[in-house]
Amino acid sequence: MQFLTYLINGISLGSVYALIALGYTMVYGIAKMLNFAHGDVIMIGSYVVFFAFGSFGLNPIVSVLLSMVVCTILGITIERVAYRPLRGAPSLAVLITAIGVSYLLQQVAQLLWKSDPKSFKSVVGLQPVSMFGGQLVISGETIVTIAACIVIMIALTLFINHTSTGHAMLAVSEDRGAAQLMGVNVNATISLTFAIGSALAAVAGALLCSSYPTLQPTTGAMPGIKAFVAAVFGGIGSIPGAFIGGILLGVIENLSKAYISTQLSDAIVFMVLIVVLLVKPTGLLGKKINVKV
Amino acid sequence: MALLEVSNLGIAFGGLQAVAQLDLSVEKGHLYGLIGPNGAGKTTVFNMLTGVYKPTEGNIVLDGKDITGKSPELISKAGIARTFQNIRLFSDMTVLDNVKVGMHNQVTYNMWTGILRLPAYKEKEHEMNREAKKLLEIFDLDGEANLKASQLPYGKQRKLEIARALATNPKLLLLDEPAAGMNPNETEELMQTVRSVRDQFGIAILLIEHDMNFVMGICEEITVLDYGRVIARGDGMTIRNNPKVIAAYLGGDD
Amino acid sequence: MSLKTMKKSTRSNLITFGIVIAFYLIVSLMSVMGMMTSSFAGQLVPICAYVVLAVSLNLTVGILGELSLGHAGFMSVGAFAGTLVYTLTFENTPLPVSILLSFLVGGAVAGIFGLLIGIPVLRLQGDYLAIVTLAFGEIIKNFMNALYLGYDSTGVHFSLKDSASMGLAPDGVVLINGAMGITGIKKASTFTMGIILILLTLVVILNLVNSRAGRAITAIRDNEIAAQSVGINITNYKLMAFIVSAVFAGMAGVLYALNFSSLVAKKFDYNTSILILVFVVLGGMGNIRGSVIAAALLTVLPELLRSMKDYRMLIYAIVLIVMMIFNQSPQIVSWRKKITAGFKAKRAAKKEKKEAA
Repeated sequence: MQFLTYLINGISLGSVYALIALGYTMVYGIAKMLNFAHGDVIMIGSYVVFFAFGSFGLNPIVSVLLSMVVCTILGITIERVAYRPLRGAPSLAVLITAIGVSYLLQQVAQLLWKSDPKSFKSVVGLQPVSMFGGQLVISGETIVTIAACIVIMIALTLFINHTSTGHAMLAVSEDRGAAQLMGVNVNATISLTFAIGSALAAVAGALLCSSYPTLQPTTGAMPGIKAFVAAVFGGIGSIPGAFIGGILLGVIENLSKAYISTQLSDAIVFMVLIVVLLVKPTGLLGKKINVKV
Repeated sequence: MALLEVSNLGIAFGGLQAVAQLDLSVEKGHLYGLIGPNGAGKTTVFNMLTGVYKPTEGNIVLDGKDITGKSPELISKAGIARTFQNIRLFSDMTVLDNVKVGMHNQVTYNMWTGILRLPAYKEKEHEMNREAKKLLEIFDLDGEANLKASQLPYGKQRKLEIARALATNPKLLLLDEPAAGMNPNETEELMQTVRSVRDQFGIAILLIEHDMNFVMGICEEITVLDYGRVIARGDGMTIRNNPKVIAAYLGGDD
Repeated sequence: MSLKTMKKSTRSNLITFGIVIAFYLIVSLMSVMGMMTSSFAGQLVPICAYVVLAVSLNLTVGILGELSLGHAGFMSVGAFAGTLVYTLTFENTPLPVSILLSFLVGGAVAGIFGLLIGIPVLRLQGDYLAIVTLAFGEIIKNFMNALYLGYDSTGVHFSLKDSASMGLAPDGVVLINGAMGITGIKKASTFTMGIILILLTLVVILNLVNSRAGRAITAIRDNEIAAQSVGINITNYKLMAFIVSAVFAGMAGVLYALNFSSLVAKKFDYNTSILILVFVVLGGMGNIRGSVIAAALLTVLPELLRSMKDYRMLIYAIVLIVMMIFNQSPQIVSWRKKITAGFKAKRAAKKEKKEAA
């Protein structure tokens, strides 16, 4: 029964990773860049919810929506100001810029809200569900997180496969030049990708901090990196891959915490990444990319 | 036995057969042309010959040694050098250093000799500089030796790529559209250079080129590819009059 | 040979050495004249360590062109290995021998880690390589944080859980105490040692860069496919750059560790790796002298401008972004080229006019 508890908590954590990983995987698939600052967008979103819901007492759903709006604007702004000028530049330059943006967000948060951890009030009002005579208790946060992840995943898949905007995104991800020739507005498509990714980051942030209720400027960094690991694990660029990678990573992390060592759980997660990249560099569901000579 | 013997060479990407049943025989000291419409698979052939792509069928034998599917590094050591359609120079390095990199396996000394500046370092570097300058002179690049490769005008970049390829001391040189983007004067000059390189180094040269005057002007044997298959082979005259070639290529293009 | 007729790279290298030696002489003079504040004196060894770290990271990032986000990890393993050797030997070995030994072991262990990490990692490209080096840095940090090491009459004991699980006999000595790390280190690092290490690093890396192997490494950065086509073994040379870089990071770790009385793994985290990267980017990727100056200046400046301390990392972040966009944005690069070309044309026109007159 204890194992089941760890497993379910792992799936819940994994759902958060999956939501964050979606942002990475879409941006990587379409803009061909690793948006290092994605994890820090989550942190900013969480602060928005913290103040809207925790301090001003707004309705939790309104708070999360507000946070989604803020993150969307933030995501689009980052892309416009920092990444777009570097389109066509070496990937090393783009990556370093993204690291700079990540640092910038953390430092701004630190100046605005100080580094001391804030205790985050859960946005989930659902009561815990008790099963097997109280042997297995599933928290409301866990249920909402898993449900939200599944709903978003399905909605996003439908959006990409069944709308013209979604098709435009696929076209840009396949071949940017060809998409442009066919009349797809590449800049707008990339902006939209950042917008969706950032809005999902806001949701992920609210859910993450509801389950793990400490918030500080570095809150987003580690989950961000792990979610990237999840995206790579599942196969970068693939939406179902992000989902599977996220869940697996959450489960691995929680089980290693429970059965191996709390201190080494991060190390284990990262070793999984290294092993995956060695055995199957394209991840579980990824495609091989050929370099043109 | 010929210098290069290619038999039944083929490669498929996914379900697409890019090149099939290619036979090619290259003799020492001769100039060969590989032509065909866009997308015929010419560069793919080069990529297989130099190990960038692994052929899915067939054999490549250089100087009696089977080099099929070997890595680009080993194939370079075996004696095939190439240039690229979209120029690939070491753009932030000097013109001289580009050629010296080409000599990587010709004049060698190990890491420690370099770090500790042992006597061999000076000696070998002098040798490299001397040889590299000779090559640059052939291509009239000796005046620009200390410029960055990216600072050269387009035509000279193409020449530098050939010089770098020659620095590897190849038995066979593959040139992928050497005259692309050159004006008629430059093309004429390049023809002279290619011929004299062949004579001076006694190597075989196989080149892909769209400029028909260039190909007809210097190649002793021309192979025509269409849809990944050889449709004709022979000297310039034969090719010019081959109805298949006219249909596939000359008729449509010129 | 006069300065003018010398090869350009040789002259440039001599200037770099000159700067380091001048810095040493000025600081020594200040110290003799009693002009040194204690806080500045305390910064001297860390400055040297950061200079070595920046120069060595530049070999990977600037010369080889691969982004490594785990440089602090190599620093960490070097620091721990070297400090262990030092604490075990300094009482019964002449001090210089003990120190030299700890530097050698620190560098060697970091180099071995460079090899172990490099073999799998260097098969990957670009962003993947960056993220895996980051992962490596985190793994090292987590392991060193959880590592307990000690010895007693029965031999060496270790545990990844807690001090008690090592099962040390009562006479046992704890060497590494988990998150508390190594304590009670007798400080040994000096500014002179730091300068010697900088000079050694510069000699090795500059000589490497200006040799056959260095050209191969640079060629891989500029065009991997072309480098392969001229017969360069990509893996070997990437690995060479990675290992040399790791060795010096390890030695810098030893220098840094022996400057304090305790050594904890937490110090060598992702932020430290990024800090070193900032030095490299600010000094100019591939520009070794730039790394030296940037690392020294950026370590000293925050001390001098204490009021700016809160904004230090914020400024670094902005500098990273602005530098990258300014130097690498295709539009801005072509715009800058146009402007410099305009200047050149104007100057040429002026010259012509003068000559005509």
